[in-house]
Amino acid sequence: MARAATTADAFNAVAEPRRRQILDALAGGERPVNDLVRLLELAQPQVSKHLRVLREVGAVDVRDAGRQRLYRLNGHALKPIHDWVKNYERSWSERFDRLDVVLEDLKQKEEGDGSDE
Amino acid sequence: MAVTSSGTATVTLPTDEQILITREFDAPKHLVYKAWTTPELVRRWWSANRGDVTIAEIDLRVGGDWRYVMVAEGGFEVGFHGEYREIVANERIVSTEVYEGMPEGEALNTLTLTEADGRTTLTILVQHTSKEHRDAHINSGMEAGMQEAMDLLEQVAVSLR
Repeated sequence: MARAATTADAFNAVAEPRRRQILDALAGGERPVNDLVRLLELAQPQVSKHLRVLREVGAVDVRDAGRQRLYRLNGHALKPIHDWVKNYERSWSERFDRLDVVLEDLKQKEEGDGSDE
Repeated sequence: MAVTSSGTATVTLPTDEQILITREFDAPKHLVYKAWTTPELVRRWWSANRGDVTIAEIDLRVGGDWRYVMVAEGGFEVGFHGEYREIVANERIVSTEVYEGMPEGEALNTLTLTEADGRTTLTILVQHTSKEHRDAHINSGMEAGMQEAMDLLEQVAVSLR
């Protein structure tokens, strides 16, 4: 039985540049292994090894179609990474919301100055 | 006057070493620039909702230094500093940025302001020298006081070890 995908696993899985290349390639749709081998210009065993890591954390799913094995992206497994960036994004959003208030003051002040002229 | 509601910041990671922050403001760019470069105005917004800005120093000239410090609730102090490298008034500022909790990770930030119809699009491109430093930078936003994020942060830290 495969172990459950954890946050740490997803981060590990995408820490490797080649695996991110695979995810990028699969973002465009389902692909057979041979496609990935050609795209990455790696030997098949290496590609298969990366795919295995991605499969273990649920970042990709695989299905058999005739003699081909087709891989596709499973974005849900990468959500922890998305959430991680979202937290950073939220801190900037809060900051910018406050900047909006400052800008509103500056605009009103400027309009006030303009009417005095 | 309409209440400003320009939406949230958008953060993307264009490369392993970069962070790109984008936001539109309902104000002309000279005012955004003013709010960005005037210490008493920076004090009003830079801490987000996470504490008080205790230091906002801006020596706005090429080669000049800047330093911001905030104290988050619970007394946790977060400081950033850097040096201005390029300044085009109302349009562009290139500066270095060091998170004082991780002084070896210096980033180069490029702020650009573009205006259309009285609205300003602000972008900040943060260029780090390594993915490790880039990731730590993203974590620093969480250290600034979001308790709910701490569990995730811990998991990230473990995964990066």
